[in-house]
Amino acid sequence: MSEAWQTESAVIQDATGLHARPAVKLTKLAKRFEARVEIRPESAETWINAKSPSAVMKLKAPHLARLEIRASGGDAPAAVAALRDLINRDFNDSAER
Amino acid sequence: MTAPNAERRFEGRSAAPGFALGPAVHLGVGPVETAGEAASPEEERERFDAALAASAEQLNILADAADVLGAEILEFQLALIEDDELLDPVREAIAGGRAAATSWRARLDEEIADYRSAEDDYMATRASDLSDLRDRVLANMNGGFTAADLPDGAVIVADDLTPSTFLSLDWQRLSGAVLFGGSSTSHASILARSRGVPMVVDLGAAEIGEGDLLAVDAAAGSVIAEPGSDTLAAFTAQREADERLNKRAAELLKAPARTGDGVPIKVLVNVNEISEIDDLSPEICDGIGLTRTEFLFSGGAPEEARQYEVYRRLLAWAEGRPVTIRTLDAGGDKPLAGITVDGESNPFLGVRGVRLSLKRREIFITQLRALARAASLGPLKVMVPMVSVPEEMVAVRQLLRQAVAALHAEGVTAREPALGMMVEVPAAALMADRFAADFYSIGSNDLIQYTMAVARDVAGLGHLTAGDNPAVMELIRRTVAAGRARGVEVSLCGDMASRPEYAAPLLAAGLTTFSVAPAAVGRIKLAISEARALGAEARAG
Repeated sequence: MSEAWQTESAVIQDATGLHARPAVKLTKLAKRFEARVEIRPESAETWINAKSPSAVMKLKAPHLARLEIRASGGDAPAAVAALRDLINRDFNDSAER
Repeated sequence: MTAPNAERRFEGRSAAPGFALGPAVHLGVGPVETAGEAASPEEERERFDAALAASAEQLNILADAADVLGAEILEFQLALIEDDELLDPVREAIAGGRAAATSWRARLDEEIADYRSAEDDYMATRASDLSDLRDRVLANMNGGFTAADLPDGAVIVADDLTPSTFLSLDWQRLSGAVLFGGSSTSHASILARSRGVPMVVDLGAAEIGEGDLLAVDAAAGSVIAEPGSDTLAAFTAQREADERLNKRAAELLKAPARTGDGVPIKVLVNVNEISEIDDLSPEICDGIGLTRTEFLFSGGAPEEARQYEVYRRLLAWAEGRPVTIRTLDAGGDKPLAGITVDGESNPFLGVRGVRLSLKRREIFITQLRALARAASLGPLKVMVPMVSVPEEMVAVRQLLRQAVAALHAEGVTAREPALGMMVEVPAAALMADRFAADFYSIGSNDLIQYTMAVARDVAGLGHLTAGDNPAVMELIRRTVAAGRARGVEVSLCGDMASRPEYAAPLLAAGLTTFSVAPAAVGRIKLAISEARALGAEARAG
């Protein structure tokens, strides 16, 4: 698999940050894609697996934190766009499915 | 006649109201221990996979039956047992010859320690979800949960209940729960209130045997073990009367409150924690009469943006109804690490409420800024706790105006909200008309404690803490009269307002606005409908 990464970023809107409910939504969405999907808080050094709820929870990304998203693999462009949109609409379900 | 067990009475705290009668069933404490040698790695792996599959199935069934709050807790646990980053180290340990149970426990304990070390209230709560999941999977490795075997009508007895244990019990068949520990603000208590499961917490060292008949009046926090026949007859009569009243109260829930003689009364709700509004319809009330903000501060002083978001959510929920938010009321029985003063000889008479806010200005100003910003969105009212002298209200109003001016100078939308005060110190009740408050809200719990010189939790002095004590009622009447004279609203937001037996005396004292626990709204509206308002001539005065 090529190491060509697609990248995006978005800002956490929820007042309590990236807590359990949004973390679960984010990982569920990431798992729909074949691509390897990773996130990290802006300025953090290491990327973490966006398909792992325990890893995402431990980021403790607070309200108004900017998250960087990257993906590599077949459907990478769709994956980063989908995660960015999910965060931008504050994890509301409206645009899903 | 020989009674094998004498009648015993215990007092705890009410977590969710209602009556329960049934045999005591103790839930085992902690997870089943996992002793013994590891079998072959293949067998251990099979055991682990089977336990995960069984846990997932249980959690799915529970999530389908759960409400919003319960489903969130369960879905987080479900996501975790499908998380390879969590599970792979366990699988590796099993492949290396360790027992499945030991490996799983070690991995989860490591995660739990990680969550706990975050010193973040939210993560700490999540840690209890993790230990809940740990125990469920361990139980499944040891032959599964036995919650289904409980007898009909049983009263659950436990040290504490985790959310998933609460959700795994069939409350259609069980009659209630009594906990030796626990707290009325725990997840399980919130779930019990939203499900209508009678629950008493904080019973302490009550002696309850397996199978003892328990008669629980959860609203009063009282538990009677092995009641005698007279006690049982009285309990049953009380419970039946209560059921009839609940039926009538349910019919009044969404109707505006009116006294028997036709005077409209406002019924507001008290909010202790933001999650409480999730399952609550705003249509049952005329707004929020008290929002406690201490929950925002449990992990240290919160940022302005986080507070603003919570206040915004309250206003959105209320759909145009007024929302009263009390500024931080720390100190007394509510110490907050890093904020309140440690080591006071008598914290109830110390630096608490507005006294603390005026000393810790940076924290107070942040809260006032968030409140003033939210006030631009809807009818938000700010309430100041523990005011004793008029100068305190003058100082707070000045800080509030400075905060609004600073926000405007920064180009941020803000508005000066109505600024009112709690009346809970007798000095404030006696001289209420001297305070520049836009409204008064009587905090009856502290008002009783400070008037009668009895702490809230002293056993054996209950006869001194009744709300209808003439001295307390006189202070309430004075406050109501001061509000009338100044043309401002007077409400009462202490426990008294939530107790139907006090509705008639409070109406007779002239009170026209009650702020009550959400679960008490129907019963209070019913009690109001059966009482009379203060004579019209007095009202006009």
